Amino acid sequence: MLERLFINHYQTAAVILSGIGLTNLLLQRNLIKKIIGLNIMNSAIFLFLAAKGNINPLPSVMALAGIVITLSLTAFALALTLKIYEDSGTLNIDEALLKKTKEQEELEAIIEQAEEEEIFS
Amino acid sequence: MNEDTKEILKKFFDWVVGNGPRPENEVVSPEPPPDLPFTQRPRDRYSRFREATLRERYNQWLELHGFHIFSILYSALSVLMCVVIVSLLLATVAELPPTLSTSQRPSPAHNEVIRRYVEHAPRETGAQNIVAGLLHRYRGFETFGESAVMFTSAVSVLMMLGASRRNKFNRELSPKDAASGRNFLQRGPPDEPILREAAPILIPVILMAGCAVIINGHISPGGGFAGGAILGMALILAANAYGFGRVHEFFDERAFVISTSTALIVYTLSCGYDFFTGANQLQTFIPNGTIGNILSGGLILPANICLGFMTAGTLYAFYVLFSEGDM
Amino acid sequence: MMNSFAFNIPFVSIFLLMLAAIVTPLLPKRNRLPEKLSCCVVGLVAILSAWLLYSLTSYGQSLTFNYSMGHYPAPWGSELRAGPLEAVLALFFCVAMLLSLTGNFSSTAEDIAPDRRQIFCSLVNLLMASLLALTYTNDLFTAYIFVEINTIAACAIVAAKDDPEATRSTMRYMVISVTGSALIIFAICLLYELTGYLSMQHMNGAIRALVSAKSYLLPLSVALALMTVGLAIKSALYPFALWLPDVYVNLTNASGAILSGLVIKGHIFLLIKIFYRVFGLDLIHMLHMDTAIFILGLLSMIVGSVHALREMNIKRMVAWSSVAQVGYIFLGIGLNTSAGIAAACLHIIVHASVKTMLSTAAGGLSNAAGHKKGLHALMGTFYINRWAGLGLIAGAFSMMGIPAFAGFASKLSLTMASFDHSFIVWSLAGLAVSSVMNALYYVPAVIVVLTHNKEAREDFTASAPPTLYKVSMFVFLALNFYLGLFCVPLLRLITRGVNAL
Repeated sequence: MLERLFINHYQTAAVILSGIGLTNLLLQRNLIKKIIGLNIMNSAIFLFLAAKGNINPLPSVMALAGIVITLSLTAFALALTLKIYEDSGTLNIDEALLKKTKEQEELEAIIEQAEEEEIFS
Repeated sequence: MNEDTKEILKKFFDWVVGNGPRPENEVVSPEPPPDLPFTQRPRDRYSRFREATLRERYNQWLELHGFHIFSILYSALSVLMCVVIVSLLLATVAELPPTLSTSQRPSPAHNEVIRRYVEHAPRETGAQNIVAGLLHRYRGFETFGESAVMFTSAVSVLMMLGASRRNKFNRELSPKDAASGRNFLQRGPPDEPILREAAPILIPVILMAGCAVIINGHISPGGGFAGGAILGMALILAANAYGFGRVHEFFDERAFVISTSTALIVYTLSCGYDFFTGANQLQTFIPNGTIGNILSGGLILPANICLGFMTAGTLYAFYVLFSEGDM
Repeated sequence: MMNSFAFNIPFVSIFLLMLAAIVTPLLPKRNRLPEKLSCCVVGLVAILSAWLLYSLTSYGQSLTFNYSMGHYPAPWGSELRAGPLEAVLALFFCVAMLLSLTGNFSSTAEDIAPDRRQIFCSLVNLLMASLLALTYTNDLFTAYIFVEINTIAACAIVAAKDDPEATRSTMRYMVISVTGSALIIFAICLLYELTGYLSMQHMNGAIRALVSAKSYLLPLSVALALMTVGLAIKSALYPFALWLPDVYVNLTNASGAILSGLVIKGHIFLLIKIFYRVFGLDLIHMLHMDTAIFILGLLSMIVGSVHALREMNIKRMVAWSSVAQVGYIFLGIGLNTSAGIAAACLHIIVHASVKTMLSTAAGGLSNAAGHKKGLHALMGTFYINRWAGLGLIAGAFSMMGIPAFAGFASKLSLTMASFDHSFIVWSLAGLAVSSVMNALYYVPAVIVVLTHNKEAREDFTASAPPTLYKVSMFVFLALNFYLGLFCVPLLRLITRGVNAL
């Protein structure tokens, strides 16, 4: 098996890179790093396509489409990140989520207090 | 059932329901008269100190630790998924046909499709660049889809970062400028002598290179997306050297929307013409021209120009929206 | 032969929607012109799809045709393909989309700022175009590109509501969705490398040759698994559906209806086409993918209902119920017979129309209660917005599978389809348990809505629903009863379509 992997070394590298990208996309808590993971993963797919495109023009077309799609996805994800940063002041998605829940708790506490006062009066 | 088990069961029941520890001097309430309605019967539970029920304790615990546990679970699942996918793919790659050596069995991907592309594409499409011919004629629908993906992303980013938050942004994020009553448009160019000196030399060259890549897209490597990206870089360079205000004079949000939409409408109509005549086997009135001339390849040249306009505008819009938060 | 314009309808409907999407940002914002344009174009496409369906079925036997996009036929160029099944699905998708747009016409104006609404309409048109392209496409690479359009447009529709919580849930949705896309494109690359084709039917021929030569079986099954998991992530099958409820809570009413009713369905139908047209049912059975899908579907049905039982927020409840309903569809696909897939397609249609109605109704009710989403807050809202109340009741009955409501038809056909199958016990047990659980969480919601609540009624600020809402809800209800009472001809049509797929 190792021998075959060396023969298809471009594809092997592409698969390992895409694994690295996928892990980054799923596990990084920092949004910018997540987006970098997304880009690594998609670049690995271009490498996978380029590996067999020596005389075949179709993989080039697929890779071009992939590049345009990755650009669009990255731009959209960055816009989301910018919005999240403006709203919560952090790039860490866990902190952003937690922050909101704290705000909600405060709000709920206020509402509860108001309700209790109403009941006792 | 003996007394001990009963006692344990009772304690367990109290623990679940949330009854406090039984006081030593508990007065067992007398048996209520049977004719009392159900709701008015005294209940044992309220005579004791009340604790949280099991469910409440579970919810509290979940509130305290739930997020932590969720993230651990998520990480574990993600790692598992990644490992499984990568090992499966590695096993697959070992099985795949060898790509670069031609000695063993031929790769199944080498079939009549590629033969026609390589041998007949220039003659059939009129484009010397096989990839351009493939992109615009054989697989025009995919390229149309790509341009739609880019358009989708451009309008979404514009929606999130564009006009609707202009006032909010200027108030909140640049207090210094807001205090002096200026927004990014009135701010002068940055004090970068190298940039200012180099820009007048570089921008025309970049613009020319971009136009050449677009116009020669069907003859040599390049095309609408690549050339448009180069043109967009020229716009970004101009904005950095001379200030956003100068670019804003001729390319603001409205101009961006109008140019992008117009270019895409023209491109869509030309694609639609191509697909409609192709599917209905009608004669097209657009000649393929001589291979290698600028005016060849049928609708590829106008399509490349439209895509170039769209890409240039979109890239510049992304840059301005991300760096300044406005357009 | 078919009349020549009807032949062009798949292409014309996709291009009309695309053109509408591109023109929308240029339109003036006054008079809500962009939204009216969207409604008109979607309505027009619905009429065109009905015409296509009529001309496809008026020939005694059902007819399918390939429509090459360009001057080059299939293995070289890309193709669309239309048959009765595609036409039926396109028709119902358009109707559901139109009704969810008109039904939420006024609430969209409240939820989304005018500047954003224009682009929101453009995105809705793009979403609809990509749905139709996914329905009609005969080429895997085209499918991938339109999957991506669908992803970005769906995410942007979620983010259209300018709200921090919505932005955050969009980010999570996006991460999961992009993972799914990456798996899909990897599968497509593998399949292309193995077969050398991108067109579905040519790929099928090459795969058959590979299987009979017993070569490359591992890469084939890995490609199939990646494709299935990728599309399952996008269509909210249970273990991959954890993103769904958080996204749905923060949606506006219109986007909730669109996302739960329609976006998911395009990917499921693409999966059906890949199973049926690229691999073939016998190969799916040989690689045991049908069992895996069946088990996941069963799991989704049960676990989705359990989660819905625990929810006190009506939008989250409807979202988890969506997961359960997706489980029904995958159960039908997992039966791996043409009857099972026909039942799954019928359930796609039923769920597309019922879920859009439920989302619209739930939105109307929570608006009537002053934008509260907790079940307790909805007490007595039936008496403020009776049409929304009726919609909720009919939708709930439909989900439970009460006869004469739409859900009954699809559950019945799923049951019938599982009779001559070895999984019959599991399938029937799953259907029974899930239906009971549906009743357990929908009946309390109905009771709460119907309970008189004198004190709270003064707090409710909402006035009577606008006429457009009433009309859309009426059409929704009519559609529901049509599907429940007269589904036999529709099911026959779908079966013919599946056989011709």
